[in-house]
Amino acid sequence: MSGAISFLDANLAIDLALLAMLVVLAAAIAMTRKLLAAILLMGVYSLVSAVWLVVMDAPDVAFTEAVVGAGVSTIVLLGAILLTRAEAEKTGWGRLIAPALIAVATGALLVYAALDLPSFGDPTSPANAYVGRTYLEVASRDTGAANVVTAVLASYRGFDTLGETTVIFAAGVGVALALGFGERAAPASRLMAGATGDHNVVLRVAAKLLIPIIALFAFYVQFHGDLGPGGGFQAGVILAVAVILHALVFGLRETMTAVKPSFARGVAALGVLLYSGIGVVCIVNGGGFLDYGHLFTAEIEAQIPPGLLGDPGATHHWGQHFGIFFIELGVLFTVAATMVTIFYGFAGRSPGGEAKL
Amino acid sequence: MTDALPLVGGGLAIAGVLLVLLGAIGVLRFPDVYTRIHAASITDTGGASLMILGLCLIAGLSPITLKLVIAWAFIMVTCPAAAHALANAAFSSGHSPWIGSFRIMRESDEQAAVQTGPQTGPQTGPKKPGPKKPGLQKQ
Repeated sequence: MSGAISFLDANLAIDLALLAMLVVLAAAIAMTRKLLAAILLMGVYSLVSAVWLVVMDAPDVAFTEAVVGAGVSTIVLLGAILLTRAEAEKTGWGRLIAPALIAVATGALLVYAALDLPSFGDPTSPANAYVGRTYLEVASRDTGAANVVTAVLASYRGFDTLGETTVIFAAGVGVALALGFGERAAPASRLMAGATGDHNVVLRVAAKLLIPIIALFAFYVQFHGDLGPGGGFQAGVILAVAVILHALVFGLRETMTAVKPSFARGVAALGVLLYSGIGVVCIVNGGGFLDYGHLFTAEIEAQIPPGLLGDPGATHHWGQHFGIFFIELGVLFTVAATMVTIFYGFAGRSPGGEAKL
Repeated sequence: MTDALPLVGGGLAIAGVLLVLLGAIGVLRFPDVYTRIHAASITDTGGASLMILGLCLIAGLSPITLKLVIAWAFIMVTCPAAAHALANAAFSSGHSPWIGSFRIMRESDEQAAVQTGPQTGPQTGPKKPGPKKPGLQKQ
């Protein structure tokens, strides 16, 4: 089956095609004054970059880009569009000079910096020669996670990931401060009614079919994160998408009865609490913050049957397994609940202004 | 035989890609929103189905095939539903087909219209004079 084109050339051709698409899309986004079209093009941009990341062998990042960039952020931006006008004002060329200069200068600096980067996949580059190589060698033995990305994110660099989770939580708090929790959702909100009426029976049936499957897929991504691409971030966003789809089809009121805004914000805080709580438990048991080797005391560790999670010859501590499991759960809680809170904040408002009830 | 399957699969995948390409051309070239939805939705579903079938043949009997079949089922639900939602939204917001105008239904008499179906009004001022196909006009 080996064709005339070698594997590397085909990869290069795909890279070039995808990058050309990204350039065209970026230009189109910058040129259009229709905000609706710009948002949809940004979704397409995210999807194409996700495809490109898959080609670059980064499925975890691609997954995140696809669900966050193409999925949730498009919906949130569409929710924002509902509250404002769908067309940008015309800007005179004179006012564009300074931003254009800054953009060009930044772009030139980035290109200049990129020239110094090691070539893609270079085995002698610092990232691949020292720390990355060490991770690849010891990650599976240390943590028992087959997906090294998960091991690095959740265990070795657990503190960074705690920071990221907190950033997402803070974003949710920020949106809630600016727009409210959506609890006193305006009856005039254009998402209040959803797709009611006989016209939309197809939508409702399809959504009823899809929502459980999407939620189930979220949990698959969550608990499969040790083995393949995925983890708390992606799973959280997918779970939030299931809730948002419910809101779009069945109306905000129904969704807020099922997933109360107070419940969503509570779970968002609970996720960060769970994550940092695991870290504190590790301190209490004599380790460092998020040092999963000390998650369980020696007595508890001795009571866990050796074959519990299917690898009887495991040399690592059980704390690693359970530590990663719990902090991924915390990430799932925070991400899913924060996304829902942000969506509620946008969707609960009417175009007129302050939500009243 | 085992060598032929990946070839057939590749052929099917390429056929799917060509179908999607045709759909893209149709979206650009067709005159109004309904025909464009038609071009986009049918080629999307059909092209993706062909591609997935081709990939199944290339992958052989493996967990990958199972995942592909699940993805196909997902596409078979979402694509037609999305096309329906799009067409429904276009109809509700009063877009006229290229061949002539529906009498645009307002929300007040929507309930009545649901029972009788969309009524075609007299062809008052079609935007472009097009070939009027008698089969498309309900009386």
